[in-house]
Amino acid sequence: MLAIDGTATAEDLQAVLPTPDRRRRGAVAVIECFQEIPCNPCADACPRGAITMPENISQRPVFDPDKCNGCGVCVGRCPGLAIFVVDYSYGEDTALLKIPYEFRPLPQAGDSVTALDRQGAAVGSARVVKVQEQKNRTTILWLAVTAAMATAVRNIRLSGEVRA
Amino acid sequence: MKEVDIVVIGGGPAGLSAAVHAAKMGAGVLLLERSQALGGQLVKQTHKFFGSRQEFAGERGFDIAHTLMEQIAQQEKIEVWTNATALGYYPDGVLTVKRNENFRTFRPRKLIVATGASEKALAFPNNDLPGIYGAGAVQTLMNLYGVMPAKRVLMVGAGNIGVIVAYQLLQAGVEVAAVIEAAPRIGGYWVHASKIRRCGVPILTGHTIRQAHGTTQLTGVTVCRLDEKWTMIPGTDTLFEVDGLCLAVGLSPLTELLWQAGCKMNFVPELGGYVPWRNEYLQTTHKNVYVAGDVAGVEEASAAMVEGKLAGLAAAFALNHQTADFAADYRAAKQQLNALRSGPLSAKVCHGLCKVMLEEAM
Ligand SMILES: Cc1cc2nc3c(=O)[nH]c(=O)nc-3n(C[C@H](O)[C@H](O)[C@H](O)COP(=O)(O)OP(=O)(O)OC[C@H]3O[C@@H](n4cnc5c(N)ncnc54)[C@H](O)[C@@H]3O)c2cc1C
Ligand code: SF4
Ligand code: SF4
Repeated sequence: MLAIDGTATAEDLQAVLPTPDRRRRGAVAVIECFQEIPCNPCADACPRGAITMPENISQRPVFDPDKCNGCGVCVGRCPGLAIFVVDYSYGEDTALLKIPYEFRPLPQAGDSVTALDRQGAAVGSARVVKVQEQKNRTTILWLAVTAAMATAVRNIRLSGEVRA
Repeated sequence: MKEVDIVVIGGGPAGLSAAVHAAKMGAGVLLLERSQALGGQLVKQTHKFFGSRQEFAGERGFDIAHTLMEQIAQQEKIEVWTNATALGYYPDGVLTVKRNENFRTFRPRKLIVATGASEKALAFPNNDLPGIYGAGAVQTLMNLYGVMPAKRVLMVGAGNIGVIVAYQLLQAGVEVAAVIEAAPRIGGYWVHASKIRRCGVPILTGHTIRQAHGTTQLTGVTVCRLDEKWTMIPGTDTLFEVDGLCLAVGLSPLTELLWQAGCKMNFVPELGGYVPWRNEYLQTTHKNVYVAGDVAGVEEASAAMVEGKLAGLAAAFALNHQTADFAADYRAAKQQLNALRSGPLSAKVCHGLCKVMLEEAM
């Protein structure tokens, strides 16, 4: 549970993961921001108006998946690193994930890396498709993973790296 | 003795913002900062900040510091003194300052105190071993000087500072064994907590330190669980083998100058300790002394900047400086501060502020 150990529960996630119908229509953002905090860069960032704070800055972001095209601009801007993009239409049994990443060294496109879940446990491997560096120094990694892994994977580890 | 319109003490986000806005009103400002560079806590913050665009949300702390410093540099009315510590403020209105090795005195017409806060410590056996740091020291070593504080660290405190510094340790290539927190819930933003969780760092709420181990330096820490009454549960000890222990157990406002000035103070746990009574213009019970930022109540850089603006505008206005858009500017800043404090996580701060807000201007 988020308040106790920092990980979202299945119910938390249920409310923000794309519906099966939305999945079929391609790339879409997943906003894992579950607390009312005074913050709104995601709403400022989205060029399509898919994220809003209708009343005030302390609300949770309100997301309209029909307006989102999965461009990933918000992924790089969110200070909570709480937004991801998932594209189930990427391949037959392969999904594309865009995740924010702030560690050095960066992986390179084509690398195979260890895919980690929300608790940092290894759940398989991911192929780095693209490394999108940004001026604000949050890098957006494009990862190809099996479709079955796409809701679980939220981080990576380069081969041979130990962190915690 | 030099006469000045306004002296601002402290070059953190609150003081920088106060100086800029007082100078924009036409007041002469002397800004004093005891360390060698401006920026306060901001220069150590490598993560992206929250808030809205007005408070530079999404930008990293040290980048925000640079933006504020550029604003300072553009104001001819501001004189900046670094390596300058305000030592005392006396009943005759004299402020004493040590700059480098020289002693100087001033008689400011208004004083804005923006000295920030200092870290709290924690009592446990062997808490004086080398390898045990406050979070501020860890950040200074790592983010200012590029020095690795330890190889493997246990973090104490899951407030924002604890979870953010744990993340910065990971970025610096330091292992983080765990983050422990005595309270039953994580106090920091959940998004920050999730960032370290997905790197595999456990967050153990309801845990505290029993003791540190080592002879010449830290070699390990024994941690145990707490029950609902915050007493240690026997038989729940776990030993973490670490060479670093980082304490992030809260801040308390640096209020010495306010006490000396005779400002009426109140003990408000929600704001970190003793803080001054103030009115909506951030003026204390001493009519020439204003406050802004963490010294007025431990909060956030976003709120500190807006408070600084309000205090700077109000102090300059009290000295008969005026601009055409003063009233609109002031009102907008008040609204901005209210918006920042409108969420459920600010309830504690708001509750605390009620205990030190004077109803009307003195
Ligand atoms: C790890 C960490 C993460 C944080 N993350 C965020 C965040 O994401 N978003 C956010 O909004 N806030 C964040 N904060 C909080 C924020 O940094 C503080 O609230 C803010 O810096 C307070 O500003 P201030 O100007 O009041 O004090 P400070 O920044 O502490 O500045 C006070 C200055 O006064 C100087 N000073 C003190 N006494 C004297 C004296 N006698 N004479 C001269 N100079 C003196 C000090 O040297 C210091 O430079 C974080 C803090 C920490 C520690
Ligand atoms: S992915 Fe692009 S379109 Fe979708 S919410 Fe983010 S910024 Fe908006
Ligand atoms: S920018 Fe990120 S952390 Fe801030 S409100 Fe949006 S999703 Fe939440």
